Amino acid sequence: MPRIFAYIAHKNGVADDSAAELATAARKIDAAASPVAVFTGFGPELETACGSVRDSYVEIWKVAKEALAYPNAELVRKALLDVLPRGCIVLVPHGHFGIDLSPGLSIKMNSAFVSDVVNIEGVEGFGLNLVRQEFGGQASAHVRCDSSCGAVLSIRPGAFKPPETAALNGNVVDKSAQVGALTAKRRFVETIVADAGGVDISKEPVLVSIGRGIQEKDNVAIAQELADAMGAVVSCSRPVVDAKWLEKSRQVGTSGKTVKPKVYLACGISGSFQHLAGIKGNPFLVAINKNPKAPIFQVADIGIVDDILEFLPELTNRIRESVLSVR
Amino acid sequence: MEILVCIRRVPDTSENEIELNTAGNDIKRDDLVYSVNEADNYAVEEALQIVSREGGRVTVVTVGSDEDEEILRREMAMGANQGVLISDDVFSGSDGKGIATILKAYVQKNHYDLILTGVLAEDGAAQVGGMLAAMLDYPFASLVNSIQVVDAKKLKISREIEGGSKEVNEIDLPCVLSIQTGINEPRYVGMKGIRQVASLDIPTLGTSDLGIDAGAVGEAAAKVKRMDYFVPAMGKGAEILQGSREQVIEKLIELMKAKGGLK
Repeated sequence: MPRIFAYIAHKNGVADDSAAELATAARKIDAAASPVAVFTGFGPELETACGSVRDSYVEIWKVAKEALAYPNAELVRKALLDVLPRGCIVLVPHGHFGIDLSPGLSIKMNSAFVSDVVNIEGVEGFGLNLVRQEFGGQASAHVRCDSSCGAVLSIRPGAFKPPETAALNGNVVDKSAQVGALTAKRRFVETIVADAGGVDISKEPVLVSIGRGIQEKDNVAIAQELADAMGAVVSCSRPVVDAKWLEKSRQVGTSGKTVKPKVYLACGISGSFQHLAGIKGNPFLVAINKNPKAPIFQVADIGIVDDILEFLPELTNRIRESVLSVR
Repeated sequence: MEILVCIRRVPDTSENEIELNTAGNDIKRDDLVYSVNEADNYAVEEALQIVSREGGRVTVVTVGSDEDEEILRREMAMGANQGVLISDDVFSGSDGKGIATILKAYVQKNHYDLILTGVLAEDGAAQVGGMLAAMLDYPFASLVNSIQVVDAKKLKISREIEGGSKEVNEIDLPCVLSIQTGINEPRYVGMKGIRQVASLDIPTLGTSDLGIDAGAVGEAAAKVKRMDYFVPAMGKGAEILQGSREQVIEKLIELMKAKGGLK
């Protein structure tokens, strides 16, 4: 088997949760593998971050360069090309940085690339049997990847469980000297932190969340009326923000907010993994969708197959009536 | 500014429920409604807006078959100056690298300052733009949600990163950017607009026109192959509430009261 390397994303001296998940993915490719964790960065935060994965990796490669202080995919790619052996398998977390780095890295390494891998089902020689999702999670696909010239696999965050093995007490190896001059045609300027918005959905206990199924801007009022009747707040999935029907601050998901409600009503939301990744704390999840095959029904506690544009107003009326009758 | 936008015709998931065929190895394709990939449409709109501010031309290109001409024409109706169809039997079965190889050959025969793609298509791979950039040795940025032209040599762009935050970068031209949905509001295209471009010529280019080595593309060159589609064994799955709408609402209200969603 080719050697397996895991690119570790880290921030403020802490390795991303994906670090341990990549170790699991590596062992699914080769149970006997001793995958190598690769870090790029600079300064004391890099040292701390490298130390933080010693439980999951026997060998930890560190590339410390001032130019790598902020993870610029073009510079990280150059650094990786200088240190990684040809023909290896590189695992990268499939986040915004992985999307920047992985496709180009595979070209420069002349290796195969498979994106957003959710499972590894087996290996036959150099053939990797992988699982991906297409159509926003509505269908899964078996994918065969020829890794005879190496492979870059971007791995979906959360798809692989961290290993339960005992502490490996890994060693950090400094590879900085192997990396040549680093200049890029793309330069990081600044990060603009998201505006919190008027309503902080991350702190709300009950969310009425709408997706593409709301169909048009005027229909957002249907969800707002239900939320008002329930004493809840309206949130949404990405297409609603893309269409400018609600503010970005209302968006739940990897590119929006992470919420931790007690009750989450997903209305007309198909349930892409990017959306689901923003729902934490295991809420009571109710999905209302007219498509009985919507992926959201696989993860919801309660499912209702109905048209939200008809169902929600009736629910609102019934809640209003019951409030009146209690009084 | 000369801008190339790479687009793709895909099953429209907002119009279709994706289902497996009876053999269980592919999706049912007979009744699918196809349209231009959503993110690609945002990319074309962004290109048109840049050209309206800075001057220049927008070309839309797709690698596909005769059926894909309709999306080129649709984007020409939006305002793209030129559509190009790259089509050849030997392209069949190409993986992401194969498609990037074909596009690279086209780009090298022309001159573009800026190349845009949608961030991802129906396969969710988000790969062709980054591969194309690496093949051309152009800089690349993904998930782009704003573009500002600084001067003839560079752009200021922002990328969508976690939690709704933005990462601002300067990037030298020529470059490849993958465009995130929501960057703009794509203009509406009516039937009248499409009729107006119906007679415009769309050239079709193949391997010999582009000097592509047939061995570097298509199924034989593909290191990545989709073997089949399947529906994964469901976990526990939701308990589906049955009954009339009234009954369902009563049950739901009861459940939400028990779980603290209603007082």
